[in-house]
Amino acid sequence: MSSTMVTGSVETHHAAGSGFSLKEWVFTTDHKRVAVLYMVGAFAAFLVAGIMAILMRTELASLGPTVTDNPSAYNTWLYFHGAAMILGYQIPALTGFFANYYVPLMIGAKDVAFPRVNALSVWLFWMGIVVALLTFVIPDPPDIMWTGYPPYSIITGGNTAFYTFTVLLMGFSSIAAGVNFITTIIYMRAPGMTWSKLNIFIWCTLAAFIIQIIFVPVLGVAVTMLSLDKYLGTHFFNAAAGGSALIYENLFWFYSHPAVYVIFLPAVGLIYEIVATFARNRIFNHMKMVYYGIFGVLALTGVVWAHHLYTAGIPNWMVLIHVFTTLMISIPVGLLMIGLVGTLYKGSIQYATPMLYAAGFLFLFLIGGLTGIPNAMSAIYMHLTDTYWMPGHFHYVMAVSMTTAILGGTYYVLPKMTGRMYSETLGKLGFFLFFIGVNITFMFTLIMGVKGLPRRYYDYQQFPELEWMQQWATIGSYIILLGALVVLVSWLHCVFFGKKVGPNPWGSRSLEWTHAPRPPSGNFGGR
Amino acid sequence: MKIFKRLIAGGALLLPAAVSEAAEGGAAVPDITEGWHHLWQELLLDITIIGIIFAAVTLYLLIRYRRRKEGEEGKASRLSPLASLGWVLIPAFIFLADDVFLAAKNFELWNKMREVPEGAYEVKVEAYMWGWDITYPGGATATNEIRVPEGTPIKVSLTSRDVVHSFFIPDFKVKWDTVPGMETYLWFYPKTAGEHVMTCAEFCGVLHSSMHGKVIVMPEAEFENWIEENTPRNKEA
Ligand code: HEM
Ligand SMILES: [Cu+2]
Ligand SMILES: [Cu+2]
Repeated sequence: MSSTMVTGSVETHHAAGSGFSLKEWVFTTDHKRVAVLYMVGAFAAFLVAGIMAILMRTELASLGPTVTDNPSAYNTWLYFHGAAMILGYQIPALTGFFANYYVPLMIGAKDVAFPRVNALSVWLFWMGIVVALLTFVIPDPPDIMWTGYPPYSIITGGNTAFYTFTVLLMGFSSIAAGVNFITTIIYMRAPGMTWSKLNIFIWCTLAAFIIQIIFVPVLGVAVTMLSLDKYLGTHFFNAAAGGSALIYENLFWFYSHPAVYVIFLPAVGLIYEIVATFARNRIFNHMKMVYYGIFGVLALTGVVWAHHLYTAGIPNWMVLIHVFTTLMISIPVGLLMIGLVGTLYKGSIQYATPMLYAAGFLFLFLIGGLTGIPNAMSAIYMHLTDTYWMPGHFHYVMAVSMTTAILGGTYYVLPKMTGRMYSETLGKLGFFLFFIGVNITFMFTLIMGVKGLPRRYYDYQQFPELEWMQQWATIGSYIILLGALVVLVSWLHCVFFGKKVGPNPWGSRSLEWTHAPRPPSGNFGGR
Repeated sequence: MKIFKRLIAGGALLLPAAVSEAAEGGAAVPDITEGWHHLWQELLLDITIIGIIFAAVTLYLLIRYRRRKEGEEGKASRLSPLASLGWVLIPAFIFLADDVFLAAKNFELWNKMREVPEGAYEVKVEAYMWGWDITYPGGATATNEIRVPEGTPIKVSLTSRDVVHSFFIPDFKVKWDTVPGMETYLWFYPKTAGEHVMTCAEFCGVLHSSMHGKVIVMPEAEFENWIEENTPRNKEA
């Protein structure tokens, strides 16, 4: 990892990359371009799903109809918001965009192991995005929420097949990427890049992909069975014919709980990279965090799914086991947090925008993690489940925390990707709007949950006393929207007007920063 | 009971409350709603303490170690093998201890929630898109309004006519899914007369948010009258 690996100069790369060619982008197999394709798709999904969030929040701002008098419209927004935020935005941003950009650069490889498979992954993902967006075009859009529980998803007039195909496309994309990146990390490391020298982000990404290739097929099976039931007359989930809705619920969460860690692990890996760089410090207890934190999560991730089903009618012994395993997973996650906070100790923290996001992450994830403990406890969960407490909790722990990692991570790579620096003023303004907004919105969301307001409600006539809290949550969402616009402006400003920068504007010690900005195809002075 | 309430209000030191409850009740019906509030308070205290400690340490480090001059480097030294193991095992042990403690507390309440007390009055509820059909032991029926006598534990047997719904009474802190092809149940203990919201908590289609009704807790005598009047055989007579 010495700087002697840096060859090629800034000029030659610019020459190579000058002029925009659509053909080059469509047929690209260069991991850095694939990363950009993922980035654009993921943020597009974030934008559209974000607009749905604003529509929902506006609808909820007053009792009775506000934006629409048709509950189905709300249900479709919510379906799209949930599915697109998870499958179209967070997973692809973390295991597509950042994995593609960083993995080869951090391990000293020329590219991924199978560059063409990589192109296949990203285009499958884009097809998934397109199919998901068709929700707004077809006459009978899916209205089954991102969980798609039968029998409703089977008897609904909505088009469940679009749900099935969106999930399958995203799923195939993830499996292909998983095979690719696991191979890359095992076999493509530069000489001397031993396992113990790998960045923590690489370990996190490896673990995330291991989870993906084990669990995604289960989700694929579940959603395929849904469409078979609906369109081809099978009876997997039809109680009248001996099937059971609970089979689906178990299969769904068997994947979708691990999916949370597919998002969490790379995100926390990014935050580690950012904190280590901006605190100019060694990572606190590095290998122990890898072994006990990351592998602890990996070990437990497959045996906690039934905490989504305590009151669904599963046998009591399953509840007992999952209460315990779920509480246990707080241990490796807690260790990973201690490692992050410990990395601040005796550091020299520079508060550039990425570091602000990392600091925000520490607080948002703390609230998210702690509000998860009551959920693990079946007796407390009985009241909280399927109330606003749940969206409150998972927006803190996943939606918002992981978004700080994604936005912070994007500010962090921007100078590398573009060779230009963003405006710190705009960057910081965006962060503070976002941070204030999410706390207003989701603190009220949590409280409304404790008061008993069920989630996925188009209206709340039976809880008129909560209207003022809904209004505060809506105000918060407008502040978030403002923040998101500032972020977007700051990125565009950076790409077009940012000041040119050298190879290592952050003074990072990690390998990927030792070569020129906008590394050429083939990376390390490659051809 | 007063002592019990005062202890909850106090928030902290909740262990003795559990003892007094056991001592007081004997074979009495456990108040699971009270139990929920009690455990919830305890839990809030637990997570608030952890949260404040973590947040305070984080905030301190973030401020204390801000960069003061250009080009400054972090000075953390490598942990000794013993310290590095200690920083895993000690926090892990603390978390584990807290987890075991919480799990034990949880199961104590959970078992009560899942064990219907003897002599409970059983009401059958069938969920459908989008409402609740209620049937009483004598054959009386109602829709969306469950009338129950005060001071008696109520068992609700749950079925579904079409899709998965979830029967939820926020005030009593109980909820359970209704699943096609299955009979599930929950129970609650209405101690005083009054009205409570009952509402659907599992997404079930277009009118999910309108699928609500009432639990009306009536004085025993009034309830007897009502059921008398509404039981079919009496009506016919
Ligand atoms: C930051 C701005 C956001 C706002 C204002 C927002 C708002 C909302 C609202 C109002 C709901 C529906 C509550 C209900 O009726 O039950 C919801 C649900 C949801 N949100 Fe967000 N959200 C945001 C970001 C995100 C992000 C970044 C994710 C990424 C994972 C996300 C994932 C979800 C999911 C999975 C659901 C549940 C969908 C369902 O119930 O099926 N949200 N959000
Ligand atoms: Cu329902
Ligand atoms: Cu419902």
